[in-house]
Order: sequence, then C-alpha cells, then structure tokens
Amino acid sequence: MIAEFGHFALVLAFCLALVQVGAPLFGLARTQPRINELAAPAALTQFLCVALAFAALTISFAVSDFSVSLVANNSHTDKPLIYKISGVWGNHEGSMLLWVLILSGFGAAVAYGARRLPEALKVRTLVVMGAVGAVFLAFVLFTSNPFLRLDPAPFQGAGLNPILQDPALALHPPLLYVGYVGLSVAFAFAVAALWLGEVDAAWARFVRPWILVSWSALTIGIALGSWWAYYELGWGGWWFWDPVENASLMPWLIATALLHSAIVTERREGLKAWTVLLAMAAFAFSLLGTFLVRSGVLTSVHAFANDPARGVFILAILAVTVGGSFALFAWRAPLLKSGAVFAPVSREAALLWNNLFLTVATATVLIGTLYPLVLEALTGELISVGPPYFNTTVLPLAVPLLLAVPFGPLLAWKRGDLLAASRNLITVTGMTIAVMVIAYTFMGAHEGFAFLGIGLGAWLFMGAVKDLYERLQLARIPLAKSVKRALGLPRAAYGTALAHAGLGLLVVGVASAGSLRADRVEALAPGQSLAIAGYEVRLETTGSYEGPNYWSVYGDFSVLTAGRVIDRVRAERRSYPTEAQGTSEVGLHASLWGDLYVVLGEQQADGVSWAVTAAIHPFVRWIWFGAGLMTLGGLLSLSDGRFRVGAPRRARKKPGGAAASEGPA
Amino acid sequence: MIRVLAVLFLAFLTAPALAVEPGEALGDPTEEARARALMAEIRCLVCQAESVEASPAPFAAEVRALVREQVAAGRSDGEIKRFLTDRYGEEILYRPPLSERTWVLWLGPFIILILGGAIVAIVLARARGDVPADELSQDEETRLAEALKKPGETRNGRA
Repeated sequence: MIAEFGHFALVLAFCLALVQVGAPLFGLARTQPRINELAAPAALTQFLCVALAFAALTISFAVSDFSVSLVANNSHTDKPLIYKISGVWGNHEGSMLLWVLILSGFGAAVAYGARRLPEALKVRTLVVMGAVGAVFLAFVLFTSNPFLRLDPAPFQGAGLNPILQDPALALHPPLLYVGYVGLSVAFAFAVAALWLGEVDAAWARFVRPWILVSWSALTIGIALGSWWAYYELGWGGWWFWDPVENASLMPWLIATALLHSAIVTERREGLKAWTVLLAMAAFAFSLLGTFLVRSGVLTSVHAFANDPARGVFILAILAVTVGGSFALFAWRAPLLKSGAVFAPVSREAALLWNNLFLTVATATVLIGTLYPLVLEALTGELISVGPPYFNTTVLPLAVPLLLAVPFGPLLAWKRGDLLAASRNLITVTGMTIAVMVIAYTFMGAHEGFAFLGIGLGAWLFMGAVKDLYERLQLARIPLAKSVKRALGLPRAAYGTALAHAGLGLLVVGVASAGSLRADRVEALAPGQSLAIAGYEVRLETTGSYEGPNYWSVYGDFSVLTAGRVIDRVRAERRSYPTEAQGTSEVGLHASLWGDLYVVLGEQQADGVSWAVTAAIHPFVRWIWFGAGLMTLGGLLSLSDGRFRVGAPRRARKKPGGAAASEGPA
Repeated sequence: MIRVLAVLFLAFLTAPALAVEPGEALGDPTEEARARALMAEIRCLVCQAESVEASPAPFAAEVRALVREQVAAGRSDGEIKRFLTDRYGEEILYRPPLSERTWVLWLGPFIILILGGAIVAIVLARARGDVPADELSQDEETRLAEALKKPGETRNGRA
C-alpha cells in the first residue's frame, strides 16, 4: 500500500510539473499574468509529492518490505538501519528518485525562497525547471520505477554491496546530486535569461548562490568519494581517472569556471554570453555524467546495447538539452551585449585566463573519457585511456592556471598593474622558495613532481594569505583600523581566500601522495614486525568476531618509532555472506605529515603468518582537508549578505556600468 | 566456531586485499621501481578501471609476475609493452600509443587550447576597445553630444 501511495504521488508530481510548464506558457502567450502565478504553487506541491514518494520508498526500505522489487534486490533485514536508508539511493531507481527530489526541492526554493526575483525571470526559470522535472519524472516513471512489486515476495533481500555500506558513501551520492541539480537551476536561469534576452548584474547575483551551492556540494561530494576509495579499496588509491569519477569532475571543472565568470558578469556586466553558455554547458555535463553512469555504457558498449531503454532516454534528454539550448543561444545571445571594457591585464582578464584553462581541462577529460567508447562504437577497436593519459594532459594545464591564482585577487578591475601585483607577491615568492628549499633538503630533486607540487601549493596558500593581508592592509594602517576592515569585509572575500588556500593544501597533498608513496609487503606471524619509513609495524594478535551482517578476521598491530609504541591499529578483512563479497578495513595511523596504512592480506600456507602491507602516504590528508576548506570557502561566500538581499539594484544605473571597485574575486 | 566459519568464508570469498603478495617484489630496488612504474600503466583487463599494480585479481597477479620476470631478464619497457600488446591487445595499455587512430585523443587538447587561446585573444582585443566600432547611430550621436555638454555629471561615482 505504501509503495502504491508513493507511485501515485510520483504520478501526481509529474502532472504538477506539467502544470508548472504549461500554465505559465499559456499565461505568457495570452498575457494573462494571473495564470503565471500557478507556477509557484505547482513547484511547491510537486516537491511535496516527490517528498511523499521518497518517504514511501524510504519506509519500504526501513521496514524491509521485500514485496517491493527494489527493496528485495538491494536490502536485507540484517543491515543496520542507516544502510537500509542509504540503500534507498544505493541503486539506480532510488538514486534517480533522489535526483528528482532535490530538483523539485530547488524548484520550490526558487519559487518561494527568492522573493526579490523579478516576476518575468522567475516565471521563465520555473517553466524551465518544471520541464527538466517533468522529463526526469517521466524517466523515473517509465524506465526506472522504484515501486514495482514482486509476487511472491521473497523471504529475504539480496543485500547491498558491502563496500557501499559506509558512512562516507552514504553521503557521497546525495551531495553529488545536490551539485548536479544545483547546476540545473543555473541552467534554468540561463535559458530564462536568453528567453528574456536580458542578462544584467542582478541576474548574475540571483544565479550565483545556486552556483555556489552546487560547487560546494560537488567539491565535498567528490572529496568524500575519494576519501572513501582511499580507506575502503584497500591499497590507498584516491583518484583513478575512472570514467565515473571523470563524470563528476567535468561538471566540477565547468562549475568552477562558471563561478568565476559569473563574478565578471555580476561585478562588471561583462562576459554575459559566455557566462550563460557556461551555465548551460555545466548542466549538459551533469547530464552527460548521469548518462555515463546510469546507462551502462561504461561497462561496455554492448551492455548498453542490450538494455538501451534507459540510456537512450537520457541520451535523448541530453541531445534535446544540448541541441535546444545551443540553438537558443545562437539565436538569442547576440542580444546580450557586454558593455564591459577592460585591459588585457585586469581582473577580468585573469578570470578569463582561469576560464580558458578550466574549459580546456574539461574538454581534455571529456576527450579521454569518451574516446575509447567512440572508437569502439565506430571501429570496434578497443583501447584504454587511463591515468597516464590524464596525468600527462590535464596536469600540465593546471600549472599555468594555478600559477595565476594569487595574481587574480590582486589585480584591479578594468585595468590592473601586473608589475605592482608582482611586487605585492614578492614576499609570497620568497616564502614559496623557502618551502621548496625545505622540501629539497628532505627529498632531493629526483621527486620532481612532488617538489613542483609542494612549491605550487605553497604559492597558492601564501597567495591567499597575502590576498587577505592586502585587503585588511595589515601593518600599513593601525591595527584597530585593520580589525574594523576585517569586520566590514564581505564574507565572499573570506570565502575566496579560504577556497584558494584550500586549493593550495589540496595541491600539496595530490603531488606528494601521488608520487612519494612507498610500501612494503611481508608475511608476519604474531610478534613479528616490518619496518617502513622510520616506523616499525608489529603484528600483535589476530582474531575474529561476528558483526551485524558480516564475519571479520582482524589483526591488531602496534606502531612503533624508536622502539616506543605510539599507536595501535586494527586491520580487518570482512566477509559478507549475504552478498558473497568481502571488504578490507585498513588500519590507519594518521598524522599531518602522512598516513601509515596497514592492510591485512591472506593467511599464508604455514597457517600462522599473514601477508601484511604497510604503506606510507605522505600528506595524503591534505587533499581532503584542502577540499574541506574549499567547501567552507564556498559556503562562506554563500552566506554573504549581498546574496541574501539579492536586490536588483536598478538605482545603480550608469552609462559606464562601473561598479564599486572593492569586492571579492 | 565463529573463527572456523570466518576462515571458511574467507577461503572462498574474494576480498579486495593486497595487490602484492610477500616475496613478489624483485630484489633489486631499481628494477622493482621500474617494474612498478610499468605495472601502473598496464590495465587489469578483468577489473573495472584498475591497473595491475593495484588490483587483487589473479589476472593482475599473473601480469605482475610476467612484468617482473621480463624486467629481471633485462628487457626494455618497449619490449615488455610489445609483448603484452601482442598477447592481450592494445587495450592493456593505459597510455595508448600515438597512432592514426589516437591522434585526436593526443592532439585534441592542444588544438582546443590553441583555439581557446585565440578566442581569448579576440575577446581581450574587443574588450580593450581595439576593434574599431561601427559608425555611431543617430541616437548615439545625440547621447554623445549630450554627455559632452555636461562632463562629469553622468559619470559620477566612478571607482
């Protein structure tokens, strides 16, 4: 009954989405604004209906109603409640329902949250969001219905892949979806703007919070996924350039570009057409990611061909979205005249530089991800494009981009002074060189990649500190005045500095952990130890226990330095009888400078000793710590009062369009 | 009892565990480093998106043994790669060699960078006002004349 109720709510939501699209279209055509007013309540009730459907599915999972086919295939009575609930989106149908839930939630937020949104823009945005919602609801209802029944109901469910039974991975998909769907709001705003033929600073200000929400969610979502891979897959890898990862990286790169180009549109009314184009491209990349992950095309072109219903549906959505929005762009973009005049050295130009490298990097990831698929489809030939390709193409593109970051915030709008900015960065340069010298004394230059990465990271971090230092005019004006400035500084300025500093830490982590990793594998009996990088890892005892839905064999280890025990870690191997799969729970001795990573392997033929791997991952935590800071920076910018007020300040009408020069980058 | 059962389960369940087993590594550290670098570029064909260096699958273990054997025998990287592609096809290499089938893959990013750079250059030139504007329209002429009559009044508040 609950499942049918959910199904019914979903059908109702689909109808309401059609009302959200149809009523304003009719109203606009007949110029009857009262009919337009239907859009907002339609968006809200649509959200409530989807929320009911989602609740119905969650209840079915929580009470293990195995007469619902999806629950039977993905859940089990022995599973802890949190994983019964996260199992709702641990599968195709449920995750698409979550997608629609977030989409309709954002639709309701646009309808009722953004009070100051001009009516004309709001109605059109809601129409586009309603159309996206209707299409995805149709996708769920017709190809991926989560409420299908099973008769007779099985006595027990098939369980959830044990490597997915993890707190980080329970949160990873919802966060990514918030990111993807947030980009659909930016898309809706972009299409609405083209429809109106008008993009101004106010538009950029309305769309910016959505870009920030989605960028922050994507950043932390991708970071969580990578953190999960690091400790769960059992060998310490955290980024694989796997197509599924690339599918989330591409929207992130484009969202980062969009975040920066929207600043130019907001502050200087420049790059209007480009910002609109990026907003549409960002959503197209989200859809492409959804297609890659959800269609089965990645497993093989043939797997896709065998069951093409879903893939073809998403491909059709993608084709219509891309084709339609680019046609609309070609038709309407000439209306968007950017009046902004700026010199080749200016903050606008720096942001353009940022956009150039980010979009080329996105294109490169796209080529590398799709090439093998296209080649196989066209010629039947199989090739693999893996980490070596992306490392040799994308990483060099990152260098000029990262080098330029500290300059951006120091350059003035319209006409910057590169020489003055360079002079401002002298201390930063000095500190960067100092850091590189220290790195050199510790590891020598033969680890070129790590060495350069540490230098770049230091440059970014100090550059961000310097940015704040300049804004507060520390040491130049009395401290009390600096404090006053600090209080008056927009939160977005702190957000920028925090995100750039976080990026610096992330770069240090990526470069070091990527190339300074070391490991050792030995067969150890209890009491024996192995040595790695100044640590001694001693296997103390082994044992076993029974978990809620798994068996565990574990090894308890002592970590020693200079003969003293500094930590005890447990490495486990779990086996899940229901799913007939195993997982490895690594033992981690974590520190700021690097992780000691202990994995328990197979029992050896002698019956007493076990294969044990100990690995050192230098600075690896900085990756996630940096990503966390970036996310905080995004959220801090989001909390900036200017977006909450979000008023279209028509009063500021000026022929030159020159805005105040103080502001965030 | 639990222990027996657990060991039994472990015996026939494939747990993601160690990519390298004890005793697998080569004695010579430079040779081992070369072997590891090679393995990172070889795809485990039975896995999803994993190199043979990282994968716990038996296939990966076999390929690792092959690579180490050949490195120890003094074969060059190119020879070892050729040996593997002859046996398993091009698919096994994570870095597809430049050929008439892969030139778009390898040169595409550079072409896009050059095109993008050209577009940025044009945008910069336009934004600078270098591109000569078309003749002013009648309306613009009058507005210009008006603006020139009252200098400073319409442009106040500039940063």
